[in-house]
Amino acid sequence: MKILGFIIQKEFKQIFRNKGMLPIIFIMPVVQLIILSNAATFDIKNIKFSYIDNDHTSLSRALIERFDASTYFNIVSDFPSEKMANAAMSQGDVDVILEIPHYFERDLQKEKHISLSVTINAIDGSAAGVENVYINQIIQNFNKNIKADLIQTEDKQSNPVNIITLPSFWYNKTLNYKTYMVPGILVLLVTMITLFLSGMNIVREKEIGTLEQINVTPIKKSQFIIGKLFPFWIIGLALLTIGLVIAKLIFNVPIVGSYLLLYVYTSVYILVILGIGLFISNFTETQQQAMFISWFFMVIFILMSGLFTPIDSMPKWAQTITDFNPIKYFVEVMRMVMLKGAQLQDILPQLLKTFLFAFIMNGLAVWNYKKTI
Amino acid sequence: MSISVNHISKSYKSIQALQDISFNVNEGELFGLIGPDGAGKTTLFRILTTLLIADTGQASVAGYDVIKDYKAIRNCVGYMPGKFSLYQDLTVEENLEFFATIFKTTIEANYHLIKDIYVQIEPFKNRRAGKLSGGMKQKLALCCALIHKPKVLFLDEPTTGVDPVSRKEFWDMLKRLQQKGITILVSTPYMDEAALCDRVAFIQNGELLEIGTPKNIVKEYSKKLYNVKSDNMYQLIDSLNTFKYTYSAYPFGEFVHYTDTRDEFDIKELHSYLKDKGLHNITIEITNPTIEDTFMALAK
Repeated sequence: MKILGFIIQKEFKQIFRNKGMLPIIFIMPVVQLIILSNAATFDIKNIKFSYIDNDHTSLSRALIERFDASTYFNIVSDFPSEKMANAAMSQGDVDVILEIPHYFERDLQKEKHISLSVTINAIDGSAAGVENVYINQIIQNFNKNIKADLIQTEDKQSNPVNIITLPSFWYNKTLNYKTYMVPGILVLLVTMITLFLSGMNIVREKEIGTLEQINVTPIKKSQFIIGKLFPFWIIGLALLTIGLVIAKLIFNVPIVGSYLLLYVYTSVYILVILGIGLFISNFTETQQQAMFISWFFMVIFILMSGLFTPIDSMPKWAQTITDFNPIKYFVEVMRMVMLKGAQLQDILPQLLKTFLFAFIMNGLAVWNYKKTI
Repeated sequence: MSISVNHISKSYKSIQALQDISFNVNEGELFGLIGPDGAGKTTLFRILTTLLIADTGQASVAGYDVIKDYKAIRNCVGYMPGKFSLYQDLTVEENLEFFATIFKTTIEANYHLIKDIYVQIEPFKNRRAGKLSGGMKQKLALCCALIHKPKVLFLDEPTTGVDPVSRKEFWDMLKRLQQKGITILVSTPYMDEAALCDRVAFIQNGELLEIGTPKNIVKEYSKKLYNVKSDNMYQLIDSLNTFKYTYSAYPFGEFVHYTDTRDEFDIKELHSYLKDKGLHNITIEITNPTIEDTFMALAK
């Protein structure tokens, strides 16, 4: 026990003396959490909107006004011809071109039917999709009003039937994307820092040669491994604490569920990550190799975690893979507990799976670790 | 017997690192393993310190088998790897305390053993190990290897890259440790250090060439050895190498050490040969072989 305590003490001393590492462990995550949570938004705003009005009537102007009134669109210019509009699009000056045809007002009144041409810059596919939805909403709204006007003047008998949907967003009433992103990014930071640090840690002893010296001592494998990894377990929990404080104070993310449950789950989860880190350090010779391998796994884990893209929309085989992704469960648990106030029985499946991962990963890593070279 | 090595062989893929090595080290002996880089010294050390398992053969340290009783060996040997391998970001004192603790002892308990060495680095005990000079690092590493009072001390090239004064001091320290009853196995590429050991083993390309006391090894040198000198060293070696009776010729300090293939050899003949080659100020005199000459002869 004394030996274990001493190794942990030594490890903490080394971490806190490493002037290059310390800011990376504690300052970077804070900065990242603040920047990423603000920047990683799914809202599309400030869409550069332009139009070609061939009609120049009160109706066409009314339609354009609708876009002007919207907070999503910024009208940057109007073009006299399609050619100039297309040139501007290829320059990247505009994102959306709306073309109103000749006789827009007249045809609409006479034939009750008209086509508008909308051109959207789809370099960013998902943004284009969202923009399309916004545009359609505005035009449909406009359409409905027009219809009401036209029908009223011509045929007073038939009342337009309007079905109005009133969505209610549970667990995130205002659809605030920060409420949704902050728990996820917190997961990312806790995982990244603990994986990189633990992955590089034992390799570092290999690299500087101290491992050779340590191996010729009566120190037990378990003492050494626990002594080396325990500090990172503590650092992981400390990061979670810092993250929760920021989430509460800066982003005002509602934390409905129990803090205890968050900590219980996280403490099991970090064991999985430390196990992966230890496993990586068994198979690498230098910190550089360890870093690259950690990155490789990290990128796959993040992209398949449901943090940025919903898992439900992935192909079936990809969904099967995500079942083996510990980050997925952490993201789920964080969102469930923080936003929904999930109880122990709600997250039990995730907790048990994580426990199993922790057992398997650490078992493999310890079994694989050898005190010889 | 403190260390016994019987028919140990080890190879890495296609490279034969050790080939049927056998020798014994007596208790309290200062035993030197002499050989050039890549001879297999470090591999042998790693096998004896239980870091590596030999392909064939058997070895024991302090009466324990290196495979069966590896745990017991790790308790009673001190190992100083060739590369400085202490924690650079811990201070001198913290390093020493760390190694004392993992051997379940304290600095105080065995202070008498390291006192001579430790007093020299004690003024810097709060300095980080990474900030020490080469010689001081060496002393700290030795302290750390000694702090648990080992029965056998393994020193892998402890003086490589250390200045001549520190080297001399280091060997004086080893002599004093030996008097305290510690068996020491030391490897070195320096021939002059071989003469300081009780017994030495020459090793090259994974094979043992010779074992014995430095004196006996030198005695076994059968040829007559000559110091040859002239004004042009390069041309001298060149000329000697083309001389038809040359057995060996290699530079040795300011001289070239020369041996002849014949038992009876006339200095004058060589003198005139060299003169014909256009060399001046030629001196040829008989000299006593050193341990290096013995090694060169064995390695030939």
